[in-house]
Amino acid sequence: MIEVRDLTKTYGSERAVDDISFVVQPGEVLGFLGPNGAGKSTTMKIITCYLPPTAGTVLVDGLDVRRDTLAIRQRLGYLPEHTPLYLDMVVYDYLAFMAAMRGLPASEHRRRIGEMAELCGLQGVLGKRIDTLSKGYRQRVGLAQAMIHNPPILILDEPTTGLDPNQIVEIRELIKAIGREKTVILSTHILPEVQASCDRVLIINKGKLVADGTPDDLQASFSGGQRIRLGVQNGHAASVAEVLENWGPVQIVESQQDGDSGTLFTLRADTKDDLRPHLFRLAVEQGWTLTELHRDQANLEDVFRQLTAG
Amino acid sequence: MNPVWILTRRELRAYFDSPAAYVVLSVFLLLTGWFFGNTLFLENVASLRSVFDIVPFLFLFFIPAITMSTFAEERRAGTLELLLTLPVRDGQVIAGKLLAVTLFVLVSIALTALYALVLALLGDLDLGATVGGYLGLFLFGMTCGSIGILASSITRNQIVAFILGFGIIFVLYLLDKVTAFVPGWMAGVLQYLGIDYHYQNLLRGVIDTRDVLYYLSVTAFAGLLTAYHLARRPE
Repeated sequence: MIEVRDLTKTYGSERAVDDISFVVQPGEVLGFLGPNGAGKSTTMKIITCYLPPTAGTVLVDGLDVRRDTLAIRQRLGYLPEHTPLYLDMVVYDYLAFMAAMRGLPASEHRRRIGEMAELCGLQGVLGKRIDTLSKGYRQRVGLAQAMIHNPPILILDEPTTGLDPNQIVEIRELIKAIGREKTVILSTHILPEVQASCDRVLIINKGKLVADGTPDDLQASFSGGQRIRLGVQNGHAASVAEVLENWGPVQIVESQQDGDSGTLFTLRADTKDDLRPHLFRLAVEQGWTLTELHRDQANLEDVFRQLTAG
Repeated sequence: MNPVWILTRRELRAYFDSPAAYVVLSVFLLLTGWFFGNTLFLENVASLRSVFDIVPFLFLFFIPAITMSTFAEERRAGTLELLLTLPVRDGQVIAGKLLAVTLFVLVSIALTALYALVLALLGDLDLGATVGGYLGLFLFGMTCGSIGILASSITRNQIVAFILGFGIIFVLYLLDKVTAFVPGWMAGVLQYLGIDYHYQNLLRGVIDTRDVLYYLSVTAFAGLLTAYHLARRPE
């Protein structure tokens, strides 16, 4: 369990992290979300005992980052931003080096590296120099390195930055698989990533915690209304629009031609009730042929923008 | 296994995986061999003196060249952050790197032992001076290494680290040679601080603890400054 209490970190006069508190339960996958420079990395660097906190405390399994740093480090696996690796080393040697540095006895290196290779898909590249690997493979080496000593807690700073879409999906799957057994804190500024892999989200902005909850909770609490897309065929667009305007709960945001004979309306409603059944009945009454009826909920992206704008 | 030794092995492998170590050792052997051969064959003197005279001067350049990457490159590549979050103390990281460069110094001077062997077979080898000389070279090299590492921790740029390390060692090298230009009370201090002065003492075959202590304290001081700087977690 990680407990962050009233954590503050200042660089000179700048407050990188400003009085943040949160708790991460064992087995949780926590997404750290925020614009660049919001204080995500700094918080992670404090948890990993790289930087000392200016004020406040961080407890990892009850151990204090100021006092018990070596014991905490032993429990953590860390993948810093940009995946720093010794490029001149062969993958196997690098993993063996990290295993040794983390106190794994030499007799276990081969077995652990084999397990990591299987988990992270590194079987084919163990004998290659790291500088010959693609970014996706380097990222896997970074993840393997972080897990080589089987730590209960993993801290991953922007694990998918700079990867191509296929690689992102692969790394995400990997993190999901890992997250079933371990406590994971991962930071990102890519929103779908959080929705895809996290149990819980913290949004920080300018060093302050602005939201804390499951992705669904956040969406629900911040969706102030809904958008509905309605496609109608063969209708006279003008009359459909008129009916909709007079119908009451919805406003037309936009209407556009959909193919040859249809119109696509984007509607906004300030209510949280699902208006789709009502719209369907209205269409039946009016004799419209529906081609589309779709509700967009406010997604995390909206929540994020709302919280971190300006 | 001790983490210091694990780090040392990685550092040594990094030296010898890149051409740097081989280039340095080759040029080192070429130059010392030239000076040794000259004395032996042209002047017909069976002495290691010329080798002992030239090696500190070579160390001045070569050791900062070997150490310039130690921290600067790790900072530039970001690996330092990972290294300093492993379950080791900063001091152990510094010790590992210092031990690596010290072993490199040992290898380089061990290669010159061939010259000593030739002399021992051909003529009278002044054992005291030879032992003192080798001890001096070892301590001199280790001290240069610690200064080179300090310089490398200050910057992310290897070239800057090299020039800085070389500059600091060069100033220490000159200290006992400028005593003629300073007031008498200062001369003694400068002399004592000079890195070459103590080497010259050892070279006479007299192993004085003050000289040994000088090298050990400069090494420790450079190590402490490095630790102090790293504790501030430079970006």
